[in-house]
Amino acid sequence: MEKYYLNYLDELESEAIFVLREVAAQFKNPVILFSGGKDSILVTHLARKAFYPAKFPFALMHVDTGHNFPETIQFRDELIASLGARLIVGSVQESIDDGRVQEEKGKFATRNALQITTLLDAIEHNKVDCAIGGGRRDEEKARAKERFFSHRDDFGQWDPKNQRPELWNLFNGKHFEGEHFRAFPISNWTEMDVWNYIARENIAIPSIYFAHQRDVIWRNNSWIPDSEFLIKDDSEKVVNKKIRFRTLGDITITGGIESDADTLEKIVMEVSAMRQTERGNRSDDKRSENAMEDRKKQGYF
Amino acid sequence: MEINNNQLLRFTTAGSVDDGKSTLIGRLLYDSKSIFEDQLESIEATSQKKGHDGVDLALFTDGLRDEREQGITIDVAYRYFTTPKRKFIIADTPGHIQYTRNMVTGASTANAAIILIDARHGVIEQTKRHSYIASLLQIPHVIVCINKMDLVDYKEEVFNDIVSQYEAILSKMTMKDIRFIPISALKGDNVVNRSENMNWYNGAPLLHTLESLHISSDINKIDARFPVQTVIRPQSKEFIDYRGYAGRLESGILRVGDEVAVLPSGFCSKIKSIDTLTGSLNEAFAPMSVSIQLEDDIDISRGDMIVREKNRPEKTQEFDAMLCWLGDTPYQERTKFVIRHTSNEQTAMIREITYKMDINSLERLDDDKNIAMNDICRVKIKTAAPLMIDEYRDNRFTGSFILVNPNTNETVAAGMII
Repeated sequence: MEKYYLNYLDELESEAIFVLREVAAQFKNPVILFSGGKDSILVTHLARKAFYPAKFPFALMHVDTGHNFPETIQFRDELIASLGARLIVGSVQESIDDGRVQEEKGKFATRNALQITTLLDAIEHNKVDCAIGGGRRDEEKARAKERFFSHRDDFGQWDPKNQRPELWNLFNGKHFEGEHFRAFPISNWTEMDVWNYIARENIAIPSIYFAHQRDVIWRNNSWIPDSEFLIKDDSEKVVNKKIRFRTLGDITITGGIESDADTLEKIVMEVSAMRQTERGNRSDDKRSENAMEDRKKQGYF
Repeated sequence: MEINNNQLLRFTTAGSVDDGKSTLIGRLLYDSKSIFEDQLESIEATSQKKGHDGVDLALFTDGLRDEREQGITIDVAYRYFTTPKRKFIIADTPGHIQYTRNMVTGASTANAAIILIDARHGVIEQTKRHSYIASLLQIPHVIVCINKMDLVDYKEEVFNDIVSQYEAILSKMTMKDIRFIPISALKGDNVVNRSENMNWYNGAPLLHTLESLHISSDINKIDARFPVQTVIRPQSKEFIDYRGYAGRLESGILRVGDEVAVLPSGFCSKIKSIDTLTGSLNEAFAPMSVSIQLEDDIDISRGDMIVREKNRPEKTQEFDAMLCWLGDTPYQERTKFVIRHTSNEQTAMIREITYKMDINSLERLDDDKNIAMNDICRVKIKTAAPLMIDEYRDNRFTGSFILVNPNTNETVAAGMII
C-alpha cells in the first residue's frame, strides 16, 4: 500500500485545486486578485490545472498602484493573452483623481494603504462575489488566522474574532447581497513550498525575481529600487547592485536583497538558507506590530 | 527539479497557555530552526519590554492584537515547519472552554493531536474535554505530553501516575494510537532533543515521534468515494465531446476500466479516463484532485458521487449523528437548515435530540435538550433528499457534515455520522 500516498507538494496542489473548484461552484462572479507576484502567478497556474481542458474560468483583477515594476506589467499582459482571460484593472491613480483617497505625503509615502479603497471599489463595481488571493498563512501573524473561505461584510471588512468555523473540507460560501468572500487556495503553502513548486513545474515568473543589475538606494535595511516615483533625500545615494526581489509590491516600498541567484534552482537554494522572512523587506509591514491586521480588517488583500 | 517525497503531517495542539502550549510550539519551531532572524528580533524586543528573562518562546505564537494584549489565543492559528523528514502544519487551538468550537475545527483535518498535561496537576477536566474531542473527531494518532517535568524534579513516579490516571478515562473513548511522552517545553527536554534529565524514559522525543508516525494508512484506501464538485465541458473544437467530472477522491482508489455507479441515480458505467493537465492516469487515489470521464452519457452534476458498483455508501434521508454546536445562538426547535455533506447540499432538520454529552464528566444527560455553543449531543437528522453516507469512523469525509442556518448563512453545527 505504500505507493498510495502523495508527497507534500502534490497534497498541497490537490488541496488548492479542490478549493478553486469549490470557488467556481459556489460563486457567480469570482476573480483572481493578480498582482504579478509569484503567489498570484501560482494561483493562476493552479486554476489552469483545476479546470483543464475547459477555458480558464476566472477574470484576473489587478489593483494597479501606478507605481509598478515595468517588468511586471509586461509579464501580466503576456500571461493574460496566453490564458485568454479577461483583465480587470482597479486604478489607485483614478481613485486619487476622483478624490476617493488622498495621497500620503513625504519621503516614506506609499500607495499601499490606498489600494484598499480601490480594491473594494473594483469588487463592488464589477459585482465580484469572491476574490481569490495568493495569501499564505506563513507570511504574517494576522494571515495565520485566515480561513480558506473568508467572509467580508458589506463594508468589505474582515472580523478575525468572528470567523466561520471551517471543518474538514466543507466550505460555506453563503452570503448576502453586497457581501463578498476572499478565498485563499494556497493558505497552507510556505515560501519554500512555493519556490519548490515553481521550480518543479517550471512556471514562468517576472524577471525581477532573478538576480539582475539595478540602480538602488539603501533604506530600511534593504535595497529599494530607484524609480521616477521614489522620493530620496541627499543622504540616500543611488548605487548599482546585483539584486533580486523576494516579494513583489509597489516599486517604492519593495526592497531587494543582494543575490547571485539567477536560476530557479539557485533561488530555491538561496531561500532554503534564508534567515529573514520574505516580508522583512516590505516596509508596509514594518509600520507597526499590527500593520497587517489593521489593513486586513479594513479589506486589504 | 528533484523534489523530495516527504509527506505532510497535520497536527493539532490542545491545552491552555498555562499548560505551556505556546511555549511548546515555540520550542518546536525554535529548535527545528524554523524561526527567522527578524521574527526572533521582534520577539526579543517584546520579551525585554515585558521584562521577561531571555526570549519568551510563547510569543512566537501570538497573533492578533487582542491576543497579545490579553495573553490568550482567540482563534485557530496555523503554523508551519519542515524537517528533513516531513512538512508539518500545526493547528494551534485555544484551550479555554468557550472555544471548544475552535478545537473541533483544528481537529477535523488533523492526523495527530498533542494533548498537554501539566505534570503538577495531572489529569484535569480540561484534559478530559480535549481527549474526548480528539476521540470524537477520530484523530488517528494521539500524543499525550506530560509537560513541566522540570517542576516535579523529572520524577518517573509522577509520569507513571499521570499515565494511569489517563488510562482510567480512556475507557470512555475510542483512540486508535496513543502514546505518552514526559517533556519540559521550557527547558527543551524531549521536545526536539532527548532529555538527559530523564534516563528512565526509553521512548522517542516528541519531534522524532511526529516524524515517524505511520500516516499513509490514515486515509481509507478501500472505499472509493468521488464526490463531483463541478462538471468540465470545454465545448471547444479540440475537446468537442469532452465531459469530465471534476472532484477529489476522498477515499479509495479508482482505475480506468473500473465499473462504477453514479449516486443517487444508481446508473452504472465504466471509467473511460482519469485526466489532469499534465496527462492522463491509469489510476487515482485519495486525496488526488482529478477529472473523470465515463464511457456512457449519464446526467451527472455537482453533489453526485461516483463509487464502485460493488462498494456503495448508504443512501438515506435519516441517520444518527454526534453534533457539535458552533453557533452563537442556541438551537431553536424546528429550524430548517442547509446541510452540507461532501459537495451535496440539501435541506435538513434535527428530528430528535437523543442526549447531550457533559464533556467534563463524560456523562450522558438524557433530559437536557437545550443546545448552545460548544455543546455536543447525539441527534437524529432527517433530510429532504437522500445523502450518500458512510459512518464517520470509517470515512472522515463522507461521514461528516455541517449545518448552515439559511437565515444568517452562518455555519452553526458540525456533525459526525454514526
